[in-house]
Amino acid sequence: MALLEVRDLRVSFDTPDGTVHAVRGLSYDVEAGQTLAVVGESGSGKSVSTQTITGLTRGAKVSGTAFFDGTDLITADQSTLRRLRGAQIGMIFQDPLSSLHPQYRIGWQIVEMIRAHDKEISKQAARKRAADLLTLVGIPRAAERIDDYPHQFSGGMRQRVMIAMAMALDPALLIADEPTTALDVTVQAQVLNVMRRLQEQFGTAIILITHDLGVVAEMADEVVVMYAGAVMERAPRRDIFYRNHHPYTQGLLASLPARSGDRLTPIPGTPPSLISLPKGCPFAARCSHVFDKCRAEAPPLIDVARDPRHQSACWLPHENSEAIAS
Amino acid sequence: MAMFLLRRIGHGILVLWLISIAVFGLFFVAPSNVAQTLAGRQATPETIALIKHRLGLDLPVWKQYLHFLGNALKGNLGFDYYHQVPVTKIIAGALPITVSLALGAAVLWLSLGVFNGVISAIHPRSLADRGLTLFALFFYSFPSFLLGLLLLYFLYFRLTLSGFKWFPAGGYSPLAGGFGPWFQHLFLPWIALALLLAATYTRLTRGSMLDVLGEDYIRTARSKGIRESRVIVRHGLRSALTPVVTQFGIDLGQLIGGVVVTETVFSLPGLGQTAVVAINQQDLPVIIGIVLFASAAVVVANILVDIAYAVLDPRVRLH
Repeated sequence: MALLEVRDLRVSFDTPDGTVHAVRGLSYDVEAGQTLAVVGESGSGKSVSTQTITGLTRGAKVSGTAFFDGTDLITADQSTLRRLRGAQIGMIFQDPLSSLHPQYRIGWQIVEMIRAHDKEISKQAARKRAADLLTLVGIPRAAERIDDYPHQFSGGMRQRVMIAMAMALDPALLIADEPTTALDVTVQAQVLNVMRRLQEQFGTAIILITHDLGVVAEMADEVVVMYAGAVMERAPRRDIFYRNHHPYTQGLLASLPARSGDRLTPIPGTPPSLISLPKGCPFAARCSHVFDKCRAEAPPLIDVARDPRHQSACWLPHENSEAIAS
Repeated sequence: MAMFLLRRIGHGILVLWLISIAVFGLFFVAPSNVAQTLAGRQATPETIALIKHRLGLDLPVWKQYLHFLGNALKGNLGFDYYHQVPVTKIIAGALPITVSLALGAAVLWLSLGVFNGVISAIHPRSLADRGLTLFALFFYSFPSFLLGLLLLYFLYFRLTLSGFKWFPAGGYSPLAGGFGPWFQHLFLPWIALALLLAATYTRLTRGSMLDVLGEDYIRTARSKGIRESRVIVRHGLRSALTPVVTQFGIDLGQLIGGVVVTETVFSLPGLGQTAVVAINQQDLPVIIGIVLFASAAVVVANILVDIAYAVLDPRVRLH
């Protein structure tokens, strides 16, 4: 059994303009110690889905299941979720400056987290642990800097502080929501290195939410490509890059800057409104391979080339996935 | 920090100096007949001239001003025209009353305003939010003298008629004379003042808290698995209080200089009422003394607000 099994997760919000279907039937597994990358553009539902299973979404209609270590997070009450958050599921977010409280010292913020779950530990011991964690994530002179405020750190260092805090109680799962998006490219690599090193050391599973396929190539074991709240393609990392099937995945790859200096090939058009979704495939309006059936009926997620680890929600023939990639 | 204090105190002194000139000027622009009043209706012109001379009112205005300024720098604000009591003594006598009124009301309006604001912000657009907003705006738009009179009518007059002598009709009883009488005399004025001011704080806390609760670090706090009450208070309110503290400092600074309407309605001889009496009697030394003191209170409050800012938010540096 996987560490986290999400099945048919649906999240919608009632707004004055209508019901927003942010997540529509999302399923995935996260194995212990592995990294699952959830890829998609803004508004594809990737952040909403993880925030929903951790109980951080407010005012949403939710259905489906999300079994974490035997507990269904969707039906669990707030106090159960609260005990899991931080202790079993660590989280880091996109902007480390706004994600750390500006008015508390970073040591205080880490100690608060440790002591929220470990009632036995003394203040001194928690502080010592916080300093050790800061050293572990590569903050120089951690013992001195533990009493600094977030604004006294650089962006990369702040994200290291967030990682130290998220990893403080050795969680089984780390949810990293666009952890490097707000950082310089050189710093991105350092932060990813820290995450990978800690993952190897502690055997943490990671859900990595990103729109950056470069990050996916660095980190992921499995990849889920989301579009308009639904999974378009799911595959091991190599297959996503080399044997992909879905035209949306191909579009994402084509819009990456290539080393050759060619111009980028953007995907034309914009994603559909999540309030009034088209009847057929949500990507149909932007797809270069579209045909009549796509507009009439949404394709189910089915195995590509009879490989159960590789699935794609597309009506294009599944037998020989490389044929259409050209 | 030392530089900041020096500069701000320098600014403050400049402000007080300009205010003293302005008050002096205003006083002499208006027609004055203090000597006439003091001398009585039947006084001869000679008597009036003598009184004018005694009070220094026969000197050119600029000489009077320099005289006043010289004394003020020595800590002497002059004597009142009618009883020759030192102005500093008059202020010292009225100040405890105004401070008791302002501080007591401050405790009430702060707790009421901040508590209501937080409740409103946690459940925006809920029934509680709308009810508290209505409550706040109702008293906010109430004329302060009317609120005072209504409190007196119901809680003094009707209550006393029904045999419950809980509150006096007005006046002041010093704290030295016992906590009970002091509290009884101030309770209604506190309520009148606090209800009026609580509205501002409810709206301010609500708005500020709503902004803060949308911040990323609140999501981080929740992701840490700490109790929701702690998320609201330690993480949310901590940040949301900064504008509230600013407003509080300014309000308190203003009130310490005298709460004219409330003091008058409840016959509390504080700075506000003393100033009103002095203005009616054209008692220049008292007017100037109270205006300068009130201005100094505002100046000091502003400096304290800036210091509080730096204490509350580590990102703020005082230069």
